[in-house]
Amino acid sequence: MTVLKKSLNSLVVLGLMTAPLIASAETAEEKGTRIAIEAKASDKGWQDMQTSMNMILRNKEGQESIRDIRLKSLEIENDGDKSLSVFDKPKDVKGTAFLSFSHAVGADDQWLYLPKLKRVKRIASRNKSGPFMGSEFSYEDLSSFEVEKYTYKFLRDEPCEGGTCYVVEQYPVDKNSGYTRRVAWLDQAEYRPWKIEFFDRKNTPLKTLTYHEYNEYEGKHWRPNLMKMVNHQSGKSTDLTYSDYQFKTGLDDNDFNKNTLKRAR
Amino acid sequence: MSRKKLLLAAGLSFALPAQAETLYELSGKVTAEARYFTQDAQFPQQDYSSNLSFTVEPEFYWEWNEGIDSLTFTPYLRVDENDNERTHGDIRELSWIHIGEDWELRAGLRKVFWGVTEFQHLVDVINQTDSVEDFDGEDKLGQQMINLSLVRDWGIVDLYLLPGFRERTTIGKNGRLRSGLVVNNDLASYESSAGENHIDTALRWSHTLGDFDLGAYWFHGTNRDPKLLLKNSNGTTYLAPYYEQMDQIGFDLQATIDSWLWKLETINRDTQSENYWAAQGGVEYTFYGIRNSSADVGVLLEYGWDERGENADAAIQNDLFIGARLTLNDVDSTEMLAGMSHDLDYDSESFIIEASRRYGNNWKLSLDGRFFSSDNPADLSYNIKQDDHLQITVERYF
Repeated sequence: MTVLKKSLNSLVVLGLMTAPLIASAETAEEKGTRIAIEAKASDKGWQDMQTSMNMILRNKEGQESIRDIRLKSLEIENDGDKSLSVFDKPKDVKGTAFLSFSHAVGADDQWLYLPKLKRVKRIASRNKSGPFMGSEFSYEDLSSFEVEKYTYKFLRDEPCEGGTCYVVEQYPVDKNSGYTRRVAWLDQAEYRPWKIEFFDRKNTPLKTLTYHEYNEYEGKHWRPNLMKMVNHQSGKSTDLTYSDYQFKTGLDDNDFNKNTLKRAR
Repeated sequence: MSRKKLLLAAGLSFALPAQAETLYELSGKVTAEARYFTQDAQFPQQDYSSNLSFTVEPEFYWEWNEGIDSLTFTPYLRVDENDNERTHGDIRELSWIHIGEDWELRAGLRKVFWGVTEFQHLVDVINQTDSVEDFDGEDKLGQQMINLSLVRDWGIVDLYLLPGFRERTTIGKNGRLRSGLVVNNDLASYESSAGENHIDTALRWSHTLGDFDLGAYWFHGTNRDPKLLLKNSNGTTYLAPYYEQMDQIGFDLQATIDSWLWKLETINRDTQSENYWAAQGGVEYTFYGIRNSSADVGVLLEYGWDERGENADAAIQNDLFIGARLTLNDVDSTEMLAGMSHDLDYDSESFIIEASRRYGNNWKLSLDGRFFSSDNPADLSYNIKQDDHLQITVERYF
């Protein structure tokens, strides 16, 4: 059943692509791209989402540091998402808020609100590879997945926690990315990522991200409760726990502007 | 003044609903600041080289109607070892916000920031400077206002009604970082017959167009910058603030292109005594991930100009600024900023260095150094040429 449904899905997706392809004649690059398109399509229609994020940052010695962030995001057809994040912890940055209009192609638009000065600052978004709040997640790791952000190469099928996984290599298009490539494990049933390995600009292994405790929302949107990022070079790690996922809460463009940024808290 | 605030508070409290639906939150910080002055003071009554100061700033927050209404109350108190004028309290914020679909209404005592540049905030005009806090003019007093903000496809429009005016705080006779003559606020006077009760108005439009963020405004009301007149009181000569009425238009622009930020602020100020243009503009470039680390280095260059030139009663009239900002992007948010200003008319200079980092989850430590040089008595910064100091600030957040 699922196999049939999947091939029908693929046919629909393939039909939408400019060059009609025959599955059997597919190259590894074409198959990798097809999987990315199908993965994006399978999660389409979530509209808007609100959640709370808790980060535990650990250094090599095991010392911990906490980040608490609330996140609202809005699905934008044919472009990257809009998102608004508010920091609750650490307390010295409480009330600091971050507004981002991400784009599938080109630089994102980003603004930062500094509550102490009541100042909204447009910031350069070139800094994709920089650490988010001192964590092992970079800004690009947390931005929405868009097909156009990578080129692809299918490597192999492999058993994984989600059943059988496609193993696909992804090459960032943006020259400012911190990676030469990522290797992603996506299960064939629901296109959920289970693991991503990151390779730095010198193509040496940098980080491994694993996904845990998936739940299904609104009948088709799978989200993990826990993401663990381990940096192999520094020995540091970050656990990112999500809670209180809410979908289709009625957010719209009016919830993502400089006014909402200033009172985000 | 304080009675007015109480009335405002009483008015706001009517908007408060039943306890059950209300979300309440308390946060804030206390700080301890120590300054060490490296040179002997220039003026009498400033005969000390170190100064201690403490502040407390809690923030009370209530939210109801599922966030459609909220109230923020932020009182502030500073106690200073030497300067009685620096020991002061303020209500930084006592403000109610009501949110509509594409508008919001904000009423009470609030702080508003406009502008894009780093070394001078020329277009930032709504709030009075709390100048006893620090010599950089970054600290502001809460301003009473009713602000209607409209969100449109073509930008955000803010309408302000500002009932009443706050006089600038000024450093007392025992304070350092002041002019030779002490400013006496008891001698303040106004051009408007309404005095400090003049109702000011402002209208601002701001918008984002691709890589450009821009804003323009018109302000009509009491000039926040007083003219300083010589006055005698009880045999002592003081500087007496005189607050004129003004009409000011302002414009600000930032272009954010790749790693470049291009910034421009300009104003035209029209008062009884003068009409002039002034501008501050510059550029900021950031080198990301230097030497394969996660640290960023930003380089800043700005220029400040005032049409009045050496006749200006502003410190910045033909001044060049350079700065560098190091951000480690580490767990402790370690940051360092070094900046230098050079006055091209008077050849005077100032140098500042600021460094800060977090300790644990609730503590923050900052180290600052400020150094001044000036040898022309006509230059405003001549007054603080012997006030070089190092400052350590410990902040505890709760």
